[in-house]
Amino acid sequence: MIPPEFDYVAPTTLQEAIAVLEQKPDAKILAGGHSLIPLLKFRLASVNTLVDINRIDGLSYIREEGGWLKIGAMTREADLEHDPLIGQKYPLLADAARTIADPLVRNMATVGGNLAHADPANDHPAVMLAYGAVIVAAGPNGLREIPITQFFTDLFTTALAPNEILSEIRIPAHKAGNGGCYQKLERKVGDYATAAVAVQIHIGANGVCDTAGIGLTNVGPTPIKAAAAEQTLVGSKLDDAAIKRAAQLAADAAQPQSDYRGTEEYKRALVKTLTVRALRKALERARN
Amino acid sequence: MSTHKITVTVNGQLRQAEVPARLLLVHFIRETLGLTGTHIGCDTTSCGACTVLLNGRAVKSCTVLAVQANGSEITTVEGLAQNGKLHPIQEGFHMEHGLQCGFCTPGMMLSAIALLKQNPYPTEDDIRWGLSGNLCRCTGYVNIVRAVQYAAEKLRIEN
Repeated sequence: MIPPEFDYVAPTTLQEAIAVLEQKPDAKILAGGHSLIPLLKFRLASVNTLVDINRIDGLSYIREEGGWLKIGAMTREADLEHDPLIGQKYPLLADAARTIADPLVRNMATVGGNLAHADPANDHPAVMLAYGAVIVAAGPNGLREIPITQFFTDLFTTALAPNEILSEIRIPAHKAGNGGCYQKLERKVGDYATAAVAVQIHIGANGVCDTAGIGLTNVGPTPIKAAAAEQTLVGSKLDDAAIKRAAQLAADAAQPQSDYRGTEEYKRALVKTLTVRALRKALERARN
Repeated sequence: MSTHKITVTVNGQLRQAEVPARLLLVHFIRETLGLTGTHIGCDTTSCGACTVLLNGRAVKSCTVLAVQANGSEITTVEGLAQNGKLHPIQEGFHMEHGLQCGFCTPGMMLSAIALLKQNPYPTEDDIRWGLSGNLCRCTGYVNIVRAVQYAAEKLRIEN
């Protein structure tokens, strides 16, 4: 399949890229391209100008700084997958990176693209909801921080303005007592999740959970933050009763639709099961 | 539609061309350069038949624009054998009967090379995981895994 015609520019600075977006409001950003290029080939998306941001230096990094884990928007999924810091301290992120598409796609696909595309079937949105991440957007007036809870506004729609580029993702830095897990059921490698659950918790010195984040993948028009499930965990010791209560609340928060991956009832039951598994694993990791 | 002058190094040879923005890398390789060893299977980023090495990383060339590859180094299946001598991965596929129809083979071999570079001592699981972006419709995976194991051993001896 041949994509429809478009113009292509490859700026070398963010300022230059933003200037192109200001001149051409219908332009689209090309990051890893592994969602956008198939969409163009299928004629599900059209674009007059592609702004390739792969030639902009300094957008690919993973580092801890000032209480945050900072991930450059153009960091490839494969880099995340093989990064020792992520492997040691950010198991939720490491779990998710390994399940995104397949190893070849992960060599091109980017963390920023996965979020900015805002497909509720993508994996990073739920992960970032669980972490309580902050999205940094670069625009004509400099940088703007967007809390992840305000980022996904609708299906394939984000809080990014047409002249803004997602430049960085910030996750609260790891501290002792943190534990996380991503549980995903996919029919085969490369498929989107039938459903997936992201969990990030913090267990205090007294063994009580003081922070809990739960995000759900591909069970609604946007990624879903299971707020009631999170609240029921805070103040608990994550005993079986609390875990089961949270799992039921997460299933209640899901808004799945029946399709070829399963019925609505099945997906809701799946969210419940995956939430139990993710919480148990997260707890185990928080204690180690 | 814009057109762009690109320079790429393909299998060690410098190649230049003027390409339309929408030209896919796989079409550039097959049609502009005439290197038809890179196959088009699903054309939708699933099967991995079009896998090439882009600056050493295995990618699906049906989902990369030719203009994106400007300035980069590309390896296709035609670049594997040197002076008439098969690359260890090619030898492995030959010796272990790692192919039936052969359509997926170039992509399988390039993914395997990238995998072995990253992990010279892969377990069977590592190999299956590393090749999970490449599909074989003949389902000849058992011998494909053996072929990669053969190449891994040969490469370890050579290095």
